[in-house]
This record gives sequence, structure tokens and C-alpha cells, in this order.
Amino acid sequence: MSDETAIGPDDLPVLALPLDGWHRERGGRMVDFAGYWLPVQYDGIMAEHLWTRESAGLFDVSHMGQLRLSGPDAAAELEKLLPGDILGLKPGKIRYSLFLDEAGGILDDLMVTNRGDHYFLIVNGACKWDDIAHLREHLPDEIDLNHLDEHALLALQGPKAVVALSRLGLVPALPEGVPVADLAFMEAAPYLWDGRPLGVSRSGYTGEDGYEISVRAEDAEALANALTEQPEVKPIGLGARDSLRLEAGLPLYGHDLHPGVSVIAAGLGFAVSKRRRTEGGFMGADRVQAELAATPAEVRVGLTVEGRLPAREGAIIYSGDTVVGTVTSGGFSPSLGRPIAMGWVAEGYAEPGTTLSIEVRGKRLGATVVAMPFVPHHYVRKGAKA
Amino acid sequence: MSRYFTDEHEWIDVSGDIATIGITDYAQEQLGDIVFVELPDEGKEFAKGDDAAVVESVKAASDVYAPVSGEVIEVNSALEDEPALVNSDAEEEGWFFKLRLTDPSELSALMDEGAYKEFVAGL
Repeated sequence: MSDETAIGPDDLPVLALPLDGWHRERGGRMVDFAGYWLPVQYDGIMAEHLWTRESAGLFDVSHMGQLRLSGPDAAAELEKLLPGDILGLKPGKIRYSLFLDEAGGILDDLMVTNRGDHYFLIVNGACKWDDIAHLREHLPDEIDLNHLDEHALLALQGPKAVVALSRLGLVPALPEGVPVADLAFMEAAPYLWDGRPLGVSRSGYTGEDGYEISVRAEDAEALANALTEQPEVKPIGLGARDSLRLEAGLPLYGHDLHPGVSVIAAGLGFAVSKRRRTEGGFMGADRVQAELAATPAEVRVGLTVEGRLPAREGAIIYSGDTVVGTVTSGGFSPSLGRPIAMGWVAEGYAEPGTTLSIEVRGKRLGATVVAMPFVPHHYVRKGAKA
Repeated sequence: MSRYFTDEHEWIDVSGDIATIGITDYAQEQLGDIVFVELPDEGKEFAKGDDAAVVESVKAASDVYAPVSGEVIEVNSALEDEPALVNSDAEEEGWFFKLRLTDPSELSALMDEGAYKEFVAGL
């Protein structure tokens, strides 16, 4: 089906990631995703999806950009480009944030970790080159920016992720370190696994408990083997990753989020820290502050769709005969056994319970606005016990 | 009864002037978990190559074309409640629709099982 000389959308060759051969040996069906070969599925999206919700799935997300940022006043400089409180982010803590353009449009969404002596950023694979250019353009020369392109990134997600990862016997690399089971959601720490360094965070994008692990490329295969040797863990493809994040109500950049939309309208106001709402001082702050004061014209909502026919990205949303919005992500929810969608609708049509319709191939499907997530999150928060 | 195949991965069983049409096992495997099949209305007339049905997998929607010209005389209503029949039994119970052929000469352009197997092996 695919071969090594295939050409990506920008006429660039599609690249192999460190686990390329590992996926192929296991029957992963490889597709071009963000310029890299990645498995879209192994056994089938439905089975992989449900396995992750019940047990644990291993996802290769090495296409994502892993960036290391350090230097004088790195936190203050980073704060000029995103609306999160980075100065207040303690070592070992992670924050979800967004890069905004001058007009307040979303350039990318990302995770920022305070690793003590530097900040570690995980950005979307399709945006990473633009992000690097954006950061380099706007950060002072004294700030060092390194792209960790010789690292793989694995996500271990699901209720049994904690048991499976704990069995590997990772040793905290810092004196104050704790076992991986004692990290809380959105906490990170360095570990050693048989002497190999791993950056482990309790985070992910499936709505389940789990971990993301940054690993040197040369150690990636050994780690993937050790994890999938655990009876709880199976390798999972991108297809299930997408259906899992949709059920979790998490937006996907390039689909639900793009430069044309803003943070508040996207329902991501939680990412605009309190201090920064009043202080501003970040790119795009005018729009964010204006939208905090008034209702945005269009907002991101979740929709359940009647029947079995999925409404997909691009489908038009109606109220009666009036066009009120567009579906930006949609598909069949394996956990709920019905189609669900995420979309943008005009203000006034966003209240949960609002009945709308979605046009798919000339047919109008009944749809209802619902609060997201569609499937409850199962994060292990600080102070709670798993 | 003879079975024909197309390079769009459809199979066609012909008995008299009635053709039963479905997608091949290879096609269902490529599509993955099928969650919905949109079938044509009975009585609809297709020219060869017309959009005839849509298969929705978890991931995407794919068109199924009329492999030959004809009038729809029956659709597989079992697929409404159980679209996964296409995954479990693509080439028998998972059939899509039946056509009354309007131009049986079109059949001669289709592949037999051996030619289709060869075609798939070359993909």
C-alpha cells in the first residue's frame, strides 16, 4: 500500500519515525500523517478504542514537536506569546496553553512543563515548524530553543496505564522524585529505566488516566516492547486516538481550532490564567479580553446526532432553515454506539439542549447541543487516589 | 450463477438478469469497522459508474458506485441494524443491493475471481 518514496502533501518525502519498523512488524496500517508514516490502526479502530477505555493503549505520537526552552527570564518571555500563567507554573507541573497571533487567532495548542532548569513544550506535529519559526522570531536571542527531534514520544493511556507502567520499575531521577503512580494529572518528572532517561508526565489526550513519555530515539523500541509485553497494553493507531479525543470533547488543531478562531469562543477560557486576564501583555490579548467582556459571535459546542449516520467535518448545521454553523470534527462514538460531533455555532444556539439539524448528503439529521465531554474524563487529580 | 469483480472492489453475482452487489472482503478490511451503510431507494435507476451507496467507517465515508447499469429491485435491510455484517461477511450476508440489469453486455468488462485476486495481489 505504501512505500518509502511516497510524497507528502507539500511535495516533501514522508518521513519515518523511530518506531516505523516496530509498527510495520506488528501489522500497523501506515498512513501519511503530518508528513510522517504512522499507524492508523492495528486490529480495528473500534476494538482499539474500547481497549484503551477499558485497559491501556500505547500510542506513538513522535510526530509531535518536543521543544526545550531555556535562558534568562524564559517564563516571562514565553508569557508574551501565550495566555497561560507560566511564571506561576511550579517545577514538575504542566499547563495546557495556546500560541495566539496578533489578532488573537489560535496558531497552535500545546503543553508547557516546567522542568526546573528549562521549559519543555509539546506542540502539534503539523504546526511544529511554524511554531519554531514563531518562537525564534519573537523570543530574544538569549533564549535557547532546542528541537528534540532525536526523541520519540509515547502515550500510554487508559485506566490500567498506571499498573502497566509501574511494573517497569522506573526510578525517579531526582532526589525528591516519587513513583510514577504518585504523579497527579498534569505533573511530570524525570525517571531512569534501566539507566535510560525518560521524561514522564501524567497527561494525555484521550480523557483517560495515563502518561506521556519522552524517550531517546535509540531507546524507543525497547520501551515500546517493554510496555506492550504487559498484558494490559496493546498498540493503538491514530484512528482510535481521534475517536477517543472526540469523545473526551478535546479539540483538534487544524480542525476544531485554527487561526480564524479565538480561545474564549473555543471554550478554552480555562487556559487564560486569572492574572493574565487582567494584566494582558501577551500576543492577541486585546481579543481575549474583549471576548471575556462580551459573548463571542460563534462558539464551539458538542452535538449528538440522531440515527447511525455520522456527520463529519464540513457538514452544515441548521436551526430550522437558517445556517447556524459547521461541524469541525465528527464521527461514530465507539463508546456510546452513536454518532457525535463537535462544531462551531452562532451565539444563541449553543445552550445544551438546543435542537438543531445537520445536513449530510442532502439529508437533515436531528442533532442536539450537549455539554462536553461526551464520555466522562477519568483523570487522576492531585489529592485523589486512583 | 457467476460472480464478477470490479477494480473498485465490488462483487456482482449474476443470476438471469438480476445482479446482487456488495463490496469485497479486501474492501471491508481496508475500510475498517463499518458503522453505517447508506443504501439506494428501490426503483432507482443507475447508469454504470453512478454513486449508488455510501459506506461509513469509524474514520471516513466511502462511495460505492454502480458497477453495471440497472434498476434497484431490493436492498439489504439487515444492514440498517447491523452494518458490521459488511465486516463479518462481506461477500455473502453483507450484500448491498440487487439490480435488474439493463445492459448485460457490461458484464464482459468485469473481472472473474482469478483476475480479481491477481489485481489485489498487485496492490
